[in-house]
Amino acid sequence: MAEITMRLPVARKAVAPSAPRGGEKHLVAPGDTITTDTGYMRGHGTYVDEEKLIASVAGAVERVNKLVCVKALKTRYNGEVGDIVVGRITEVQQKRWKVETNSRLDSVLLLSSVNLPGGELRRRSAEDELAMRDYLQEGDLISAEVQSVFSDGAVSLHTRSLKYGKLGQGVLVQVSPSLVKRQKTHFHDLPCGASVILGNNGFIWIYPTPEQKDEEAGGFTTNLEPVPLSDREVISRLRNCIVALVTQKLMLFDTSILYCYEASLPHQIKDILKPEVMEEIVLETRQKLLDLEG
Amino acid sequence: MASVVLSEAEKLYIVHGVQEDLRVDGRGCEDYRCAEVETDVVSNTSGSARVKLGHTDILVGVKAEMGTPKLEKPDEGYLEFFVDCSANATPEFEGRGGEELGTEIANTLYRVFSSESSVDLKSLCINPREHCWVVYVDVLLLECGGNLFDAISIAVKAALFNTRIPKVRVLEDEEGSKEIELSDDPYDCIRLNVVDVPCIVTLSKIGYRHVVDATLQEEACSLASLLISVTSKGALTSMKKVGKGSLDPESIFEMMEMGKRVGKALHIALQKILDEEESLGTSRQKVGFLG
Repeated sequence: MAEITMRLPVARKAVAPSAPRGGEKHLVAPGDTITTDTGYMRGHGTYVDEEKLIASVAGAVERVNKLVCVKALKTRYNGEVGDIVVGRITEVQQKRWKVETNSRLDSVLLLSSVNLPGGELRRRSAEDELAMRDYLQEGDLISAEVQSVFSDGAVSLHTRSLKYGKLGQGVLVQVSPSLVKRQKTHFHDLPCGASVILGNNGFIWIYPTPEQKDEEAGGFTTNLEPVPLSDREVISRLRNCIVALVTQKLMLFDTSILYCYEASLPHQIKDILKPEVMEEIVLETRQKLLDLEG
Repeated sequence: MASVVLSEAEKLYIVHGVQEDLRVDGRGCEDYRCAEVETDVVSNTSGSARVKLGHTDILVGVKAEMGTPKLEKPDEGYLEFFVDCSANATPEFEGRGGEELGTEIANTLYRVFSSESSVDLKSLCINPREHCWVVYVDVLLLECGGNLFDAISIAVKAALFNTRIPKVRVLEDEEGSKEIELSDDPYDCIRLNVVDVPCIVTLSKIGYRHVVDATLQEEACSLASLLISVTSKGALTSMKKVGKGSLDPESIFEMMEMGKRVGKALHIALQKILDEEESLGTSRQKVGFLG
């Protein structure tokens, strides 16, 4: 039976800020004066004008000893060495692939930075160059790590580990990079029955947990078998929970996603995206997270 | 149309999901995304409406102007449609990129409203063969998130419901020349009867089943779609097939049945929200664009 709901738009009301922990955040908009003290070194997101330090982006001020910088709330991904990213191949060029990672420039994945099948270590030959498209085509999704950052800001990726490589069946959610919390590991096997890769560039990949770890888990062969319905329900629910957390601007990390999942269990999967249900679930998640800290 | 690139595995996941009646966001094959409808958002129009269906954002403005009736229909007014795909929606629409899609949508709207019973055009006539109301319907695409035709038709119906055309009187002089007098009272106006205005339902064929209200990702997996326009009583006024794939005649019949069912439910939901908004009257808080 078709279910169609329409509603009148409701003006967004300011959410009451949660109890400040560890001091209030100093939020600035472009053009706001951060400080008039000249003793500070200026970092990213600031500039000096008439002896005043002024913000050039909208975000929170971060102060480390004498260095003042502004971390923008909504920005493109700025690569840093060691970050895990999920990207989509946009071009296949001569000895490299161009990967879209939601940054200002397309990222680069060199042929020499991927693992050859069988794990051989040898020089890449002309045959390897011609076979590039057999491995990664335009539109494919990969998980990779940032190897280095070029001077113009472009990022160079590598998949030189068995846990990186081409991604198979699953769901991609695109969020702002500033909402993904930096953690020790970004690959999570959630107890609810699905796995999640939280890319630092804001691309979140949700996929069914593979039963056994194959040796070729570098992802040369994609599993094209249909995913069972129970796994699909978990994945759809997780996807809606992540969208709910992002709409309410909560940081994304494995605990917050898990709490949100548990809070959403009494509702139907498609109801999670309704505004009132979203608010209720995220409020509960926020409460649980505060209890965890306190 | 704006499109996303997907990997083969992602497309396979979506197709298998549709097969089992569980789409990526948890909806069934016949469910619409949550829609937000608001009318009277643009102040200098005769009627306007804004519809947000997921990530698809449409703004419709209706202006009624005096004009001469068409030669073949001297005692009726008429509707003119114009669709503007703004570059806000997607970079592909920059410059003249959106013209092709705009004309396609406008032609579809002409076809949908070509049936005589959709809008009572005789009520738009002032003086047969001399004066009539021409209703200009302008559609603006603000954001492209899949399922454009449905959202546009919902917005057009809501805008026509909201349209208020001033009442005019025709005065005749002794010499026989006619003069048109506009009523002084700004609230003295005629409303259009939108009970029979059809809504478009797009059914996209994904794998062996079809879905309603496809997102951009689902549209990338679908090779063929059927656009049908349904009135609130379940009558079909027009049908159009889009896409490079082929459709089996049996599946066309199934899609038509599903479309009629879904279309009737869509009209009920839309009429309910329009009546609710109307009942709030002038005390309604307008959200507009900065909500």
